Amino acid sequence: MSKDHHAPGLLDPAILLPAARDAFAKLDPRQLVRNPVIFVTEAVAAVVTVLFLRDLVTGSAQAGFSGQIAAWLWFTVLFATFAEAVAEGRGRAQADSLKRTKSELVARRRTASGTVETVPATSLAIGDIVLVAAGELIPGDGEVIEGVASVNESAITGESAPVIRESGGDRSAVTGGTQVLSDEITVKITVAPGSSFVDRMIALIEGAQRQKTPNEIALSILLSGLTLIFLFVCVAIWGLAGYSGTVLTVTVLAALLVTLIPTTIGGLLSAIGIAGMDRLVRFNVIATSGRAVEAAGDVDTLLLDKTGTITFGNRMASDFLPAPGVSPSDLAEAALLASLSDETPEGRSIVALATGEFSVAMPRVRFDAVIEFTAETRLSGIDLGGRRLRKGAVDAVLRFAGLQEDDAPAEFRRAVETIARSGGTPLAVADGSRLLGVIHLKDIVKPGIKERFAALRAMGIRTVMVTGDNPVTAAAIASEAGVDDFLAQATPEDKLAYIRREQQGGRLIAMCGDGTNDAPALAQADVGVAMQTGTQAAREAANMVDLDSSPTKLIEIVEIGKQLLMTRGSLTTFSIANDVAKYFAIIPALFVATYPALDALNIMHLASPQSAILSAVIFNALIIVALIPLALRGVAYRPAGAAALLRRNLLVYGLGGLVLPFAGIKAIDLAVSALNLV
Amino acid sequence: MTMIGWLQIALFFLAVLVTIKPLGLYMARVFAGERTALSPVLGRLEADLYRISGISPNKEQGWLAYTASMLAFSVAGFLALYAILRLQAHLPLNPQGFAGMAPDLAFNTAVSFVTNTNWQNYGGETTLSHFSQMAGLTVQNFLSAATGMALAMALTRAFVRSKAATLGNFWVDMTRAVLYVLLPMAIVVALAFVAMGLPQTLDGAVTATTLEGASQTIALGPVASQEAIKQLGTNGGGFFNVNAAHPFENPTTFSNYLNIFAMLSISAALVYTFGQLVGNRRQGWAIISAMAILLIAGVAAIYWAEAAGNPVLTALGVDAAAGNMEGKEVRFGQAMTALYAAVTTGLSDGGVNGMHGSFTGLGGLVPMFLMQLGEVLPGGVGSGLYGMLVFALLSVFVSGLMVGRTPEFLGKKIEGREMKYAMLAVLVLPLAILGFTAISAMLPLAVASIGTAGPHGLSEILYAYTSAAANNGSAFGGLTGNTVWYNTTLGIAMLLGRFAYVVPVMAIAGSLAAKVKVPPSSGTFPTDGPLFVGLLIGIILILGGLQFFPALALGPIVEHLAMLAGQTF
Repeated sequence: MSKDHHAPGLLDPAILLPAARDAFAKLDPRQLVRNPVIFVTEAVAAVVTVLFLRDLVTGSAQAGFSGQIAAWLWFTVLFATFAEAVAEGRGRAQADSLKRTKSELVARRRTASGTVETVPATSLAIGDIVLVAAGELIPGDGEVIEGVASVNESAITGESAPVIRESGGDRSAVTGGTQVLSDEITVKITVAPGSSFVDRMIALIEGAQRQKTPNEIALSILLSGLTLIFLFVCVAIWGLAGYSGTVLTVTVLAALLVTLIPTTIGGLLSAIGIAGMDRLVRFNVIATSGRAVEAAGDVDTLLLDKTGTITFGNRMASDFLPAPGVSPSDLAEAALLASLSDETPEGRSIVALATGEFSVAMPRVRFDAVIEFTAETRLSGIDLGGRRLRKGAVDAVLRFAGLQEDDAPAEFRRAVETIARSGGTPLAVADGSRLLGVIHLKDIVKPGIKERFAALRAMGIRTVMVTGDNPVTAAAIASEAGVDDFLAQATPEDKLAYIRREQQGGRLIAMCGDGTNDAPALAQADVGVAMQTGTQAAREAANMVDLDSSPTKLIEIVEIGKQLLMTRGSLTTFSIANDVAKYFAIIPALFVATYPALDALNIMHLASPQSAILSAVIFNALIIVALIPLALRGVAYRPAGAAALLRRNLLVYGLGGLVLPFAGIKAIDLAVSALNLV
Repeated sequence: MTMIGWLQIALFFLAVLVTIKPLGLYMARVFAGERTALSPVLGRLEADLYRISGISPNKEQGWLAYTASMLAFSVAGFLALYAILRLQAHLPLNPQGFAGMAPDLAFNTAVSFVTNTNWQNYGGETTLSHFSQMAGLTVQNFLSAATGMALAMALTRAFVRSKAATLGNFWVDMTRAVLYVLLPMAIVVALAFVAMGLPQTLDGAVTATTLEGASQTIALGPVASQEAIKQLGTNGGGFFNVNAAHPFENPTTFSNYLNIFAMLSISAALVYTFGQLVGNRRQGWAIISAMAILLIAGVAAIYWAEAAGNPVLTALGVDAAAGNMEGKEVRFGQAMTALYAAVTTGLSDGGVNGMHGSFTGLGGLVPMFLMQLGEVLPGGVGSGLYGMLVFALLSVFVSGLMVGRTPEFLGKKIEGREMKYAMLAVLVLPLAILGFTAISAMLPLAVASIGTAGPHGLSEILYAYTSAAANNGSAFGGLTGNTVWYNTTLGIAMLLGRFAYVVPVMAIAGSLAAKVKVPPSSGTFPTDGPLFVGLLIGIILILGGLQFFPALALGPIVEHLAMLAGQTF
């Protein structure tokens, strides 16, 4: 699997230069009004600019100061728009390459009369039938109705190994822009041009379709409320100052307002959202909306298919249990010989176990006869120099050996029973009439999956295994894999009912699936992830598509969702905590002339009132730039309980946000006074 | 500061702590509509009251109907009280023959008592008839407190219920609050006050001849009964002008204890009731802890600031050992005055047993700041609980984001709609306090009312609007409040502080009640542990501090710094 996980470097000039240009374009107030905090900042910057021009015209001594404040207020706005532009720029490169493949598409459409005409792909309609031969690009999303072909989907998935697409079944969906490598298929177009998968992908990556997610809206309300409060505060200060005999200029009040309103999180909010989607894309997952990504962070229950997700797809030999009087190595050797010509995964796993754990040398022998497995005999094996080695279903092998079930040794029967009860499959091995023992075939749980479930549990997420196995087998695998619950002998209806039941209790459910019969459950789930290899119906029903078709991807998706919220929350806390230091910089600066005693509040010992105010404004602007990498990368996430996460983030971003600006403003003040800026 | 002082304070909090659980459990039964020990006595009366007023007690109301009932009831209460105050000359029980109140003062007073503020721009013993005090003010003392409790219970039910359209019945909640909680407790406390020497009579003032031969008028009246509900209902409006500093309102250390105890008991226990009703007592204790930590810090800060004394007075030869005794009753001393001042402002009581304006700058800042925090420590009966729950929602929102989940509190998801109403509620206090203070500070006619020039004068104005908007009612002293400007604007501030705050809170209740109650998981941030307590304290302090620091800097902070520098204004 090729994973394009490495993001472009944070300082990639190919992204930064266009972003700097876009940052200016985004100053348009009609666009900025979507972001109230930054919009207020821009309005204030405009007012101070006018005042600066007035100072300049009147030749006021204040011009130098108000000019610098105005400049830094504009920088504050620009840094915010720049952050958004950078976040968008990182997705754009990928979108551009997708667009290129799309624009060149042509289709060979079958007309009503049965002839074939060549038309541009953009003129295709739903229901059109197109032919695609080897070497051609599939012109639109659709379903294979005739033929089978290998298709290169690397344009979408980044995965270079071709996949098989065939009519009927769960592998019938094809995506526009992918290339047929062999054979010819007939495709029925199921999606109108402009809303195809690639189009959706482009729109999402570019952020054009970006709407505020519910959580983002709630946070925006909090930030707008705080902005309003600080607006009151600043207006009131003007009145209170008047009483105290201090005349405050609009410039210093503007500076105070902008430093107090949450510009840090306000400026980075949309960049965080875009970067979250972008991170998902880099994990080769396409989400249809930001809402789905956010919901992923909230998921309470994960529904995972057993096969391929929790266990390897096939049963494998895990042990040899010899009958009385047979040595383990004899049994292993017999099992090995009986399986040498068995090319099924089970057979190969028996060979691997015998030569591996049981150290049987690979024999170089010539068989007299190979007995293939059939549904009637239910056993297979070889004849070799008078030895008639067989392995297979226990009753079939017993019959082959000429034994009644009661004739088998008690130890053998016990072994068979134990294996069956543990959810495994017993395979008996016999040499002629001599019963040698049992092979334990079982579902092998993927290594490391138990730890992942433990991590999910620490995050408060229950995992539920869905399987068609009987309850006994399911329970055994469930306990081995460490899932919290399982759904045995599950039909698609069972899945749907289970999801509904959980949702009734207020839980959010995520699941992944690929078959058409998964579609209702995918649509019902709060987060439904369809495999790229899955059917069109599944892909339509889901709100995310995993291009790698890896069922464990759900776990990463949940983490990305959580990281997105955490980044917002942490930067909000940081932004608010910053205000304390700004008060200690600006309030004494404003009033020390009237009340010299207030210099006691100047605990940073800033050089002069003007340098204090300017330093606070500069810090406020620069902190946005400094935090762009964090906003794009997301705050560090480790699976842990909520209390542990909160404690850590409060310490880093709450306490850090309280302390850092004291040091930062002091440092800037030293620089400002060293350079004689005011 | 003395060991005895600290012991007195510790003993007091211990006494409150002991009563929280039994009283909280009792109120939980009352508001769950269950039978209580008093049901045999009051059950008939309760049923009769519903029948007479045509209320079917089992019919529940949605948030809008509940709020509308509350507003209608408050308007009616305001009109009745306004009429009584204006017409008292023609009403009975007026032994002193007081005239009717002026329209602006009557407006201010009526609003003040209906909003549970009890800001008093009048001297009770020289302005009001016994009828006005009893049938007017004391009745509203009961009803405004009961209204607050009803609202808090409606919000509580929003957390208990899942996918519910209703929050209870306002009339039932209010009636039960009066009958089963306020009335019985008021009777017991009033009798205790009488035993401690508070007057309880319908006679008018008596005239005494002093040792110098001068004639002195000693005001009397139904003091004990009004004092009891004044404290239990966190109203704070005293019978006498100087409130609980008056020897007839608060004669001894014991009456002082009972005063403070009565005001704190219900508000604190109601938080326990909340925990009990939402099925998580630890949640109740967590909120109580946050309140207690901030309140005790407030007591300590005032005690420390006052005990440290005033260097300006020391320089004039005043004994520094006693600390700053200006404006304090010697029978209470530093510790009991500090305790009273912090509790009365941490609650929205507003009674005083000393002059807050005579405290040191810092000592005066603390009561002001405790009110500016939103009257949630533990605040007025009911109003403190719902105010605190708004802070809890804000804390949960920020912390929920920080742990990577859509925030939830007690199983209810906090989303855009809740945040919108919570911010609307939070905006009320800074708007009313800072807005009116700034305007008054610029308005010559308003500035003319202040008693002292300089930062202290600003503190007087700031304190007045803070007290009004926070529905506290205590006064800083010094400000001549009985002017058309202050009567009107303080009245508006009180209305905003009560109703503009509670309507969005009720909208939150309606929205939360309709949501599914989500079972907690280990990914849910636990809101009943020390981490949440710390976070809640942090949010309250930071939000309060950020809003009011500049105003405080120009008032009490600069005053205190100047005092330390030996400067006066």
